[in-house]
Amino acid sequence: MSVTDVALPAGERFPEPGSAPRTAGGLLRSLAHLLRDPGLALALLWVGLVVVAAVAPALLAPGDPLAVDTAAHLHAPSPGHPFGTDRLGRDLFAETVHGTGRTLPAAALATAIGLGAGTVLGLLAGFLRGAADLVIMRLVDVLLAIPGLLLALMLVAVLGKGDTVDVGIAIGVAAVASTARVMRAEVLRVSESGFVEAARTGGARWTRVVLRHVLPNSMGPVWVLTLLLFGEAILGVTTLGFLGFGAQPPTPEWGSLVSSGRDFLGSAWWLSILPGTVVALTVLAANRVSRAFDGEGTGPR
Amino acid sequence: MARFLGGRVLQGLFVLWAAYTLSFAVLYALPSDPAAIAAGANNSVTPEQLALLRHEMGLDRPLMEQYLTKLGGALHGDLGRSLQSGEPVTSLIGRALPPTLAVAGAGLVLGVLLGTGLAVLATVTGSRRLRRALLSLPPLGVAIPAFVIGLLLLQWLSFTWNVFPAIGEGGLRGLVLPAVTIAVQPAALIGQVLAKSMGDELGKDYVAVARAKGAGPLRVNVRHVLRNAALPALTLAGLLVGGLLTGAIVVEAVFSRNGLGQVTQGAVAAEDLPVVQGVVVLGALVFVTVNLAVDLLYQVLDPRLAVARRPAGRFALSGLAGRG
Repeated sequence: MSVTDVALPAGERFPEPGSAPRTAGGLLRSLAHLLRDPGLALALLWVGLVVVAAVAPALLAPGDPLAVDTAAHLHAPSPGHPFGTDRLGRDLFAETVHGTGRTLPAAALATAIGLGAGTVLGLLAGFLRGAADLVIMRLVDVLLAIPGLLLALMLVAVLGKGDTVDVGIAIGVAAVASTARVMRAEVLRVSESGFVEAARTGGARWTRVVLRHVLPNSMGPVWVLTLLLFGEAILGVTTLGFLGFGAQPPTPEWGSLVSSGRDFLGSAWWLSILPGTVVALTVLAANRVSRAFDGEGTGPR
Repeated sequence: MARFLGGRVLQGLFVLWAAYTLSFAVLYALPSDPAAIAAGANNSVTPEQLALLRHEMGLDRPLMEQYLTKLGGALHGDLGRSLQSGEPVTSLIGRALPPTLAVAGAGLVLGVLLGTGLAVLATVTGSRRLRRALLSLPPLGVAIPAFVIGLLLLQWLSFTWNVFPAIGEGGLRGLVLPAVTIAVQPAALIGQVLAKSMGDELGKDYVAVARAKGAGPLRVNVRHVLRNAALPALTLAGLLVGGLLTGAIVVEAVFSRNGLGQVTQGAVAAEDLPVVQGVVVLGALVFVTVNLAVDLLYQVLDPRLAVARRPAGRFALSGLAGRG
């Protein structure tokens, strides 16, 4: 986090909500805190597992996820196939693990777009004020007025339907508005601070004031948003996948896995329920970790 | 009051115009060929025929001219025609709306009831354990995707226990599972916000006064606290309605129901741009209308609110109002 190496006059350092503990003691305290909160520990563990599944799926599910074994089709979950098998005898666990590599990067892309564009817009609106503020915030109003999934669907209609990258972009654009609002509010607050005033009076150019003083000190609440946005992005990406606008079968993706298992709901429940549970657990874990950051960082303000 | 109302209506109209313009910019400025979509997937159309079609649809004219023509039409309630069926977009949406309204309306009512019930129960109960259990539900409700909730309900209540029909409209009984599915998210958001603001209100003086005058816990909580705590929950309305609309899209896909969601899904899949634009504009219209209604309702619920002191730009609801 670049927040830590900003040169500020002594005593002018802002409390940084959600920033990582810097000292060994802080780290130890966080660890102790973790052990006292098993829910949080489980959430972190799950997030870690999911990231491993996205980066190195072969570690969790070696072999080809699309390997067909017609002799073992529609088998219920068993030690050999923890998630059961689908109608072609493919191992659903392997498909789900390998699907992570589609869903998670798309959600990460969406989060990056939402955070990046939202931060820039909020920063410009809050710092430049006047006409720029007016124009940007009206744009944000409009983005907020169109329900997020609808906005994403509109973008998918023009970007293309068979690709998780496009889905990631679409969900990301839909997340821009809320970040921009949070960022703008924080920039307005920070801009009133003594050290910004001091930098200005000291003759710093406005770009320097923005990049070195206002931006780093306004990022706290936005960082807290990151994981929350990530959870929402997973919901968005998998929902679009479920509606048939993500990766196309046989490429496994969480949402499309749930969707293709739908036809077997009466006879082979695991095909849609288990990947769906994975989605729910991941969002739940991301939200839980985000709440922990929020609670630890903000404190009494 | 009239001035306040006028300003809000103007602001709403601006948002609507901007939503129309934004969707036009996104849908028509990007390279895609509506004429080819209208002509259908079959490749039997000659380039000459395609050019003629393009001319008839006005696609060979400058983009600005197309925009102004379309905007003029939109002002008269004409949102163009579907590229697939040729039916006017407004009548297509109008036809698909009633079943969606039924599901979304039932979902909203159920969601408000469940959310309020959860918050009141969590506030009234003396049992710490019950309170904690109740308050752990909302985070669960916002984390589970609607399509998973719908599929779980289908699996248990239709296929395993056979209580409700799996698919099809099937009257009221067929409405139950879709409505419950849609209700989960609003219930979670309302429950979360309401429980928190009820907790805040409980510490206030008027509660002590009411108690001192001999009001029972139910009267204090429902009559006094709930009414005051309803304001923060009401600000969620715009967010909730947007969620209802998109929730309907998902639910109609899960339960194979007809309606606006199915139309939207089909239109996106077929790149039927006028229909997609029509649904987007409808979404903005609903949002604007609901927020206007909430603004007015505020005055009724809390007479103290001086209209002049209300912050401008209340259309802007944080997309993440679920955050404590």
